[in-house]
Amino acid sequence: MSTATAFEKARADERAALVGYLPAGFPDVAGGIEAMTAMVDAGCDVIEVGLPYSDPVMDGPTIQAAAQMALEGGVRITDVLRTVEAVAATGTPTVVMTYWNPVLRYGVDRFARDLATAGGAGLITPDLVPDEADDWVAAADEHGLDKVFLVAPSSTDDRLRRTTQACRGFVYATAVMGVTGARESTSSLAGPLVERTRAVTELPVGVGLGVSTGDQAAEVARFADGVIVGSAFVRRVLDAGSDRAAGLAALSALTRDLAEGVRRA
Amino acid sequence: MSTQTEPATEGRFGRFGGRMMPEALMAALDELTVAWREAMADPAFTGEFQRMLREYAGVPSLLYDATKLSEVAGARILLKREDLNHTGAHKIRNVLGQALLTRRMGKTRVIAETGAGQHGVASATAAAYLGLDCVVYMGEVDTQRQALNVARMHLLGAEVVSVKSGSRTLKDAINEAIRDWVATVDHTAYLFGTAAGPHPFPSMVRDFCRGIGDEARAQCLELTGALPDAAVACVGGGSNAIGLFAGFLDDGAVDLVGCEAAGDGVDTMRHAATIYAHQFGVLHGARTFVLQDEDGQTVESHSISAGLDYPGVGPQHAYLSETGRATYRPVTDKQAMDAFALLSRTEGIIPAIESAHAVAGALQLARERPGSTILVNLSGRGDKDMGTAIDWFGLGEARPDDDAGSA
Ligand SMILES: Cc1ncc(COP(=O)(O)O)c(C=O)c1O
Repeated sequence: MSTATAFEKARADERAALVGYLPAGFPDVAGGIEAMTAMVDAGCDVIEVGLPYSDPVMDGPTIQAAAQMALEGGVRITDVLRTVEAVAATGTPTVVMTYWNPVLRYGVDRFARDLATAGGAGLITPDLVPDEADDWVAAADEHGLDKVFLVAPSSTDDRLRRTTQACRGFVYATAVMGVTGARESTSSLAGPLVERTRAVTELPVGVGLGVSTGDQAAEVARFADGVIVGSAFVRRVLDAGSDRAAGLAALSALTRDLAEGVRRA
Repeated sequence: MSTQTEPATEGRFGRFGGRMMPEALMAALDELTVAWREAMADPAFTGEFQRMLREYAGVPSLLYDATKLSEVAGARILLKREDLNHTGAHKIRNVLGQALLTRRMGKTRVIAETGAGQHGVASATAAAYLGLDCVVYMGEVDTQRQALNVARMHLLGAEVVSVKSGSRTLKDAINEAIRDWVATVDHTAYLFGTAAGPHPFPSMVRDFCRGIGDEARAQCLELTGALPDAAVACVGGGSNAIGLFAGFLDDGAVDLVGCEAAGDGVDTMRHAATIYAHQFGVLHGARTFVLQDEDGQTVESHSISAGLDYPGVGPQHAYLSETGRATYRPVTDKQAMDAFALLSRTEGIIPAIESAHAVAGALQLARERPGSTILVNLSGRGDKDMGTAIDWFGLGEARPDDDAGSA
């Protein structure tokens, strides 16, 4: 199911969609599935399943730590696909966020096919720009998958146009110049970027990087179609340590806070 | 023909190269590409670059006819003495070029990654010389192994950040530098240390280093009246090798030979022979060969030489190996250390252990082709490697003064 359906539904409710991220295999494969299911139950409209990677250049310390834990736990691509299958079975659109090399190594077309078979909606590709994505675009189109490319405050209008033309599902706007991680205040760069993006596309625009509270979500929801939250979820799981129940409760509480935020705008 | 040199599509070398990087950096990479092209076409820039190399870095380096080594080897071996450059390696060429370009672009801060510390020291040097703020990212493991180079960078006024993520070595230092750059790109330039990474770095670093090959070609013609039969260099990310090869790409009769670090041996897991392993992938912004597992996770490389200890390789080398224009051979720690000792004893030149891999490769070639002329890029000097040499050879214990009075 395309992520577009979740954005349409949110739009019909006159609110922004809430997109929640966790890496697969964190704290372990079963625990990750449980965590993401809890996020769905508490109000996430789209789930982003991270594919843990050895060299995550777009991620700050929080998500790096989670990915490293998952890798040390032995998570494999097949586990990521298994996670997608379980989460997508809830009926919530589920996308994979992945650096490019694991997909390249697995085989671009094979990955697209297996992701589609698992019920995945598509891919978010932080280190793949459309200029380099011919094989992914072909595979995604063949298997009916969303192609979510990123736009940044530094993107020129020309690049915004070309990037959004290559997207399907939604457009991922990175709110700050920087890596993932919770931030004290929302970025002043996000609003203008969303505005410039809207000028060139009809697709929904989700804003990510730095959002961690319901208040911040409400602020972003005033100008964006989606609010994307990652590090704050990861932080809840990290802080709970071995107390799985506490971690799940914290995830649910944060999801409710954020879901309330996107409705408050 | 320049088909070997310039990618057909911008930044591509066949199926290698490109820009596998976050969108946030695309504008900066475009800006850098334009600035670099304009600078290279501006005699004021190239003139200043040449002046700095000449007056500050001690370039052109000598081409040395290594007659005593040649006698042992059975072929004529010529050494391009990049070890005599300021800061002790070819790396100064690249950083002076990039730092000068940084100033021309109006940026005030540079960042760099370093493994052993050579590129970090060179970057700190160039920053001190050109009045730029400098932050060097270095894996925590490497800051401990190379404390002396950390001290050098401090003395030169640079800040050194110890990177604690991932394997805490060079590749993680690069990751951290990229993360810094994404957040600071409006006023910061990334002085990338080798001919890898996203476009324009592989081409730009090659062009700043190509003096090695251009000078050596002219020097060899002057010295011997002919081109060499082979040009040999060690390959980590590939900057010294591509700098050498660039001067000879169009000379089809000159064999280009890159020496990769084979560590304990390519049949073990402990090596850094990326081209030999031949696994296509993406690392640090380029499509190239990458040491990786079945899931595309980068695996750690191993080499006695920190400068060659990198799980990727510059995309132009991957391309040159695929087209056959250059060949690459693995050289083990043992072979490199034997060559390290041999060059020290025969010529009184202590090479960097990286460069000793090239010497070892040249000795192999000499056996295969006796009587030929082999040009070797001696990319750096061995001062930094004495700790490793002490451990490897058990050196440094002076003979006890047991026969006092007989002297
Ligand atoms: C003396 C010397 N030679 C070679 C290298 C390897 O780098 P590259 O392959 O970019 O020339 C290094 C890297 O630190 C070095 O210090």
